[in-house]
Amino acid sequence: MLRVTHSFKLCASAHAIHYFLCALAALAIAHHGSAQDTPLISGGAGFLTRTNAGNTTYLPIIEPLLASPLGQHILVESRAALLESFAPDGGNQSGYNHTHFIGLTYLQGDYIASHQFTAVSGYFLIPFNTYNDRLTPIWISNFQDGPLILPLGLLSSGNGLGGMLRGNAIQRNKYSIDYSYFYSTRSANEQFSAHRGSGGSTRLYLPEPRLEVGLSYDRLLQGTHENFYGAHAWWEPKDTAFRLRSEFSRGQHAQGYWIEADYRMQAFGGADSVVGRLEPVFRIQQTFRRDTIVSDGLPLMNTQQADFALDYNLPHNTRILTSYARQFSATNNHNIWETGIVYRFLFPTWKGKQQ
Amino acid sequence: MRSKHLIFGVVLLATVSALAVAAQKNNTPVIAPASKSAVQKQTGQQQDDGERIFKQNCSRCHSAPEGFSPGISGTIVRHMRVRASLSRHDEEKLLRFFNP
Repeated sequence: MLRVTHSFKLCASAHAIHYFLCALAALAIAHHGSAQDTPLISGGAGFLTRTNAGNTTYLPIIEPLLASPLGQHILVESRAALLESFAPDGGNQSGYNHTHFIGLTYLQGDYIASHQFTAVSGYFLIPFNTYNDRLTPIWISNFQDGPLILPLGLLSSGNGLGGMLRGNAIQRNKYSIDYSYFYSTRSANEQFSAHRGSGGSTRLYLPEPRLEVGLSYDRLLQGTHENFYGAHAWWEPKDTAFRLRSEFSRGQHAQGYWIEADYRMQAFGGADSVVGRLEPVFRIQQTFRRDTIVSDGLPLMNTQQADFALDYNLPHNTRILTSYARQFSATNNHNIWETGIVYRFLFPTWKGKQQ
Repeated sequence: MRSKHLIFGVVLLATVSALAVAAQKNNTPVIAPASKSAVQKQTGQQQDDGERIFKQNCSRCHSAPEGFSPGISGTIVRHMRVRASLSRHDEEKLLRFFNP
């Protein structure tokens, strides 16, 4: 498993690139925006390696993101993943095998009616807790791997096909409350795989202490109906480069949590100094099985894992990611070493109008 | 054995957190007050508001890209408006922050 989000959809095909390019072409034809509303292409390109219990996997990857405004209220956005995975042959054989994957991460249209109300339709990321919706892009995440509890609440694919309402329910100077509610239909389409389910989340943000707390809930509405509960707390103290993030998830058969602390060492000579570009990260996580029914993607046994990362923020939106993790479980303990380099790109799809 | 790992992890996390916050607070730059005209002050205030909105909403998940074309600033802000549920007011402040 290289990244949990990718392993969900290994059966995907090259149709994704077709959808992505069609969306781009349609937007190019339809676009009539202001000088600042030129459609953009962003994303990340990286080369990642992972050594798990002595086996090393190599993963070149590109994650392009397209966003295009239409008129005053609509935004169409999509993200895709293109990767080639080189993994050692099993069974004491020498050599490597490789598999490729091209898939849409999401493709959605957003109608922004007001800041309290945005209607999202299409193939969207399920907004359960924070990681799936906010931290999965390779140019954002501090670790190559998602947390162990990531599959909980994501209704198998991590995506919903249907609609979502989201927005800012209350905004005051001292606090704000966001919400999201989604309904997903069942889809067996190779590119738009989704399960029937519904759920929502809400989060409270306190701008003074820079504290965010939230609750999530969703329910699988096909097969054996199951409930998933989530909670998160993020804290980013003002005037510091320190971040503390945490999540707890509980499913029908397992539960767990992760806590991550990261600090960019900009206090030592500024953010652009040699030392200031360093970013040590520490994450601790635990999973607990509630019964022996394994249907949620979490480890079969109760597991603890400690992750240590040392990331380096190079100039020109380039980032080196290195990490070491030690995983403890009743079956075995093992080490996971990861290194990688990620470049983030961001540019307009065309020159656009001049102001 | 497992509880020892957990306690060690929690203690390490708490120590790193405390050291990081303390180190940063000790090194927070003191900005000297400068004499500004009314227009400059207003522009500066708008920039401060935009920066505050950026830090409170965008920086929660990711660091700022090093630079981008002014032609896509509106698209970026609209993307953030959906992701971070920004108000129209915040959207305008953020747009002004990107295009001073």
